[in-house]
Amino acid sequence: MVELNPFVIMFAAVFTNNILLTNYLGMCPFLSVSREVKASWGLGFAVILVMTATTTLNWLVYTYILVPTGLDHFWYIIFIIVIAAFVQLTEIIIEKTSPVLYVNLGIFLPLITVNCAILGASLFMIIRGYGLWQSTAFGFGAGVGWAMAIVAMAGIRQKIARSNVPPALAGPGIALIIAGFMALAFVGFSGMIQVQ
Amino acid sequence: MQEILLSSVVIGAIGAVLAVFLELADRFIANYGECRIDINDGKREFVVEGGGHLLAALGSQKIFIPSACGGRGSCGYCKVRASSGAGPLLPTETPWLTPEEIADEVRLSCQIKVREDIRIRIPDELFSIREYTGQVEKIEDLTHDIKEIRIRLLDPDSIEFKTGQYMQITVPEYGDVDESVYRAYSMSSNEYDTSHVEFIIRYVPEGICTTWVHRFMTVGEKVVLNGPYGEFYLRDTDRPIIMIAGGSGMAPIKGMLQKMAEDRNPRPAVFFFGAATVADLYHLDLMADLQKRIPDFKFVSAVSSPKPEEKWEGETGLITEVVDRLAKNVPDSEAYLCGSPGMIDACIKVLTNNGMPQEQIFYDKFS
Repeated sequence: MVELNPFVIMFAAVFTNNILLTNYLGMCPFLSVSREVKASWGLGFAVILVMTATTTLNWLVYTYILVPTGLDHFWYIIFIIVIAAFVQLTEIIIEKTSPVLYVNLGIFLPLITVNCAILGASLFMIIRGYGLWQSTAFGFGAGVGWAMAIVAMAGIRQKIARSNVPPALAGPGIALIIAGFMALAFVGFSGMIQVQ
Repeated sequence: MQEILLSSVVIGAIGAVLAVFLELADRFIANYGECRIDINDGKREFVVEGGGHLLAALGSQKIFIPSACGGRGSCGYCKVRASSGAGPLLPTETPWLTPEEIADEVRLSCQIKVREDIRIRIPDELFSIREYTGQVEKIEDLTHDIKEIRIRLLDPDSIEFKTGQYMQITVPEYGDVDESVYRAYSMSSNEYDTSHVEFIIRYVPEGICTTWVHRFMTVGEKVVLNGPYGEFYLRDTDRPIIMIAGGSGMAPIKGMLQKMAEDRNPRPAVFFFGAATVADLYHLDLMADLQKRIPDFKFVSAVSSPKPEEKWEGETGLITEVVDRLAKNVPDSEAYLCGSPGMIDACIKVLTNNGMPQEQIFYDKFS
């Protein structure tokens, strides 16, 4: 097991191993909700919250239930169930308790229930053999990285909306090209730390 | 064996625990009670269990709002106007709404949730667009190439529409046509006969639907239709009415006139009906009857090239020439036109030259 400082893992998850720009996970909401910076913040925060909580929960379930019972090969199914239940529960609670929070964050929750980035984060932490704190830090970092990428993307797209994009590239076309450039830019960080 | 049992138990237990949490949350936290949904100021009212999305709530009452993405907020089609109870505008809606729509309280029904009584407005026709199954009851030859068909509705067995609207007829596979298609036709019946619909259909060589109707359709055959659609119906004003139609374009006009007869509508009305030869005129007896039943109605048929042996004594010339001759200076009248695009464009020109504002001219173009 690699004994990395949780903060190093978190930093790596944000910059050098950004789950969106290096693994290309979570592309669907990344492209569809990145039209406006405000909505992107909401979705970004929702991803941070859900990733942090689900990596932690899934680590606990995996370590204390699946491994002892020898059922660790069911991790995909169990992780998905845990994520779905957590998201649903959080949404119900937020919706009832805080209308303001619900408008800004809660409505994005259903969009990310079955998001591959969320499941991806839980799977990576197991593959990489992280401990509890490492997993939490990784989940938080991966969420922050994803949020950063989508907010940056939304900023760029808001500017692009006022530019003269060739008709053939308008919409998803130009968005994918921008995502590619952003991914290239993030490759520049990869020299700082290498976490696999 | 033991492993199978163990895995079932463990996975089942995890699932059950989560389900219990969710069930408790659903029962005690997400309980919004019953909410009343009011559509178009009381035109339709119903009560649903709160907590779900508006689009689904409407769907459960068989009110179908167009939606292409299935409620994920990625198509922007399911717009409704919500005047109260919809809560603040959500960031998932704003990308699909223009500033004018936001000012007009337009919302995406797949994003807003029903948490309290809610009042919405939707276009009236969304109430009644449905698929109907009917049975051909009568096929009547009106001229050598125009038939009127009458269809009795079976399921559902009645229809609510505005006289003059159209429906889409499903043409089944027949002969060399190996794909079922839709074709739109104006209803020639009126809204008081809710158990039947009628269509006037002219034979067009090689036309898929017209060939089917003229060559293959038999009395007793089952037909699938959907609708009603369209904005071509008699406006509720006091203006004198000028109706102009050519060929099978009489269909919606006939419905409108029958409705006027039923209503004993006192508005002055003239119907100019154009045909190429006398043999192309039809429903003359019906028109004579309607002249008696509608308080102030005149039927004018115009034949553009009567054959000498037909001994035509009525108006002669293109329908536009006849209208131009008889409908002089009509700024206060309303016009209803149905026919080929060429005929309609020519008629609009004639009417506007005679002082009729464009917004008083309504038409249904064949296409």
